[in-house]
Amino acid sequence: MSALPYADTKPLTYRVNLADPPGLKAYEAQDGYAALRKAAKEQPGEVTKAVKDANLRGRGGAGFPTGVKWGLVPMGPDAPKQKYMVCNADEMEPGTFKDRLLMEGLPHQLVEAMIVSGYAVQATRGYIFLRGEYVLAAERLNKAIAEAAAAGYLGKNILGSGWDFELFVHTGAGRYICGEETALINSLEGRRANPRAKPPFPQIAGLWGKPTVVNNVETLCNVPHIVLRGGAWFQGLSQGKSKDSGTKLYGVSGRAKKTGCWELPFGTSAREILEEHAGGMKDGLKLKCWLPGGASTDFLMPQHLDLAMDFDTIARAGSRMGTGLLTVVDDKQNIVSVVRNLEEFFARESCGWCTPCRDGLPWTEKLLYALEQGKGRPGDIETLEQLTRFLGPGKTFCAHAPGAMEPLQSALKYFRAEFEAGIAKAPAQVAA
Amino acid sequence: MSETVIKLSDLPPAAPFVLHADDRAAMEHETHHYEDPRAATIEALKIVQHRHGWVPDGAVAAIGQVLGIPASDVEGVATFYNLIFRRPVGRHVIKLCDSVSCFLTGYDELKQAFIDKLGIELGQTTADGRFTLLPICCLGACDKGPVLMIGNDTHCDVAPEHIGPLLEQYQ
Repeated sequence: MSALPYADTKPLTYRVNLADPPGLKAYEAQDGYAALRKAAKEQPGEVTKAVKDANLRGRGGAGFPTGVKWGLVPMGPDAPKQKYMVCNADEMEPGTFKDRLLMEGLPHQLVEAMIVSGYAVQATRGYIFLRGEYVLAAERLNKAIAEAAAAGYLGKNILGSGWDFELFVHTGAGRYICGEETALINSLEGRRANPRAKPPFPQIAGLWGKPTVVNNVETLCNVPHIVLRGGAWFQGLSQGKSKDSGTKLYGVSGRAKKTGCWELPFGTSAREILEEHAGGMKDGLKLKCWLPGGASTDFLMPQHLDLAMDFDTIARAGSRMGTGLLTVVDDKQNIVSVVRNLEEFFARESCGWCTPCRDGLPWTEKLLYALEQGKGRPGDIETLEQLTRFLGPGKTFCAHAPGAMEPLQSALKYFRAEFEAGIAKAPAQVAA
Repeated sequence: MSETVIKLSDLPPAAPFVLHADDRAAMEHETHHYEDPRAATIEALKIVQHRHGWVPDGAVAAIGQVLGIPASDVEGVATFYNLIFRRPVGRHVIKLCDSVSCFLTGYDELKQAFIDKLGIELGQTTADGRFTLLPICCLGACDKGPVLMIGNDTHCDVAPEHIGPLLEQYQ
């Protein structure tokens, strides 16, 4: 095991306390707001450069380089006066429970992260877009914001930098699609959460047409640590397990022995996560397949367990790392039922804006339901395969439907016989 | 089965909606958090819902007036988001997570136990107005499934045998 101090192996979670999260004084006593004090003495561009040097990639699922995203924001005297820093705290990807931990257990870390990141792009206001069901997180974040404002970390001329910044918690009212960054912006503006066309990208024209950066909770929480300790330190956190840097909140849900969420070096193998940290499957159950990072990622098989959980490795195996929290499916489950459950979710959560998604997902769900009941008709599986193409990347307005197709296409690839078993045998039932 | 015809004129008139002064003030306060008052729409709907349990028709127009936007826009938002109720609900809304991790750990059995115990299906309210039963997407506590919320409280690792004592806490 590593001899590094706890703060240097688990920077995001070493101060987390779910029962009683550190208040301002306790947080300050453990390096809290030290990154902001350092950043406020630097040029905003230095913060962005540090994030670029660290090779921080988005932890919301897409893995986009954070520094590159920030680099697109107009800076300097000709930039628009209003700019926005938005935190995507709409954690709703089925199987994902990491941002809740960071917000409930250490709200000041996210508040500091928002301020430091806001400073980097010279934002004037920040919003934490929090899902409405996270009642405790809302309460704790609001308390942390009030404490930070009273201490002069928010408001006018923060720490003598000449920069003003306000921060608000905006709670949502449901709908998975709010996690899509342009849908989130529409929702924040008080509209239906339909996605927007890109370009223009939010960094140029986002919230109320102003430059806007949207980053995930876990992504942002890394920023103060990078500012304080530097890009080389951050790259070293993955301990050579991956070319991706930092730590990652990995987790396991499903019927494993000790389900939970752990901060581990980026690129830790799925086997270590499942077998060492989650204690393996429950007694009497075997692993059938697993989703590497949420409902919208392709299933992987037991033979993929030794792969490093990083963006490129999991992509090469035909899936996506997504949010990095494993959902394990045991051998007692019928894959058709599991996929039906997933597609029911996606069909219900489609915003209805574009036709392939609005019509294709309920159709998918209907076909799967029939197959689950043993009432499928010859040709249904081929129709499902066709749907995975018609609803795939590039065919729809946003990534919702393509994401929905990932578990379906991989289930068809690995477990075709289980789908075939759902085709009704009696010819009488075939006649329409 | 005989057909009953209900004429609109036979129905009792809907009570006119009066926006509470405190609620109006709270909505106006919310608008200061944004560049455009429209952004307070969801919060305004929540303010009404907090007082009334749901969002009555009259509130939609009233919110539109406070925020300076058409009532149709408010209705568009109200009907989009699943945590805004445009129909009356019970005193306690049970939100049962039906996403994949809870599905794998016993959602079907738990759902059936609620249906049997309350005598209602998903989307319905008990005759005494005490409970409404709704499905909800992933509640972000997947390691402790099955998960549900009753009102603002999250309950984890819920088994069918727990629901009797659990529901007793909500009168």
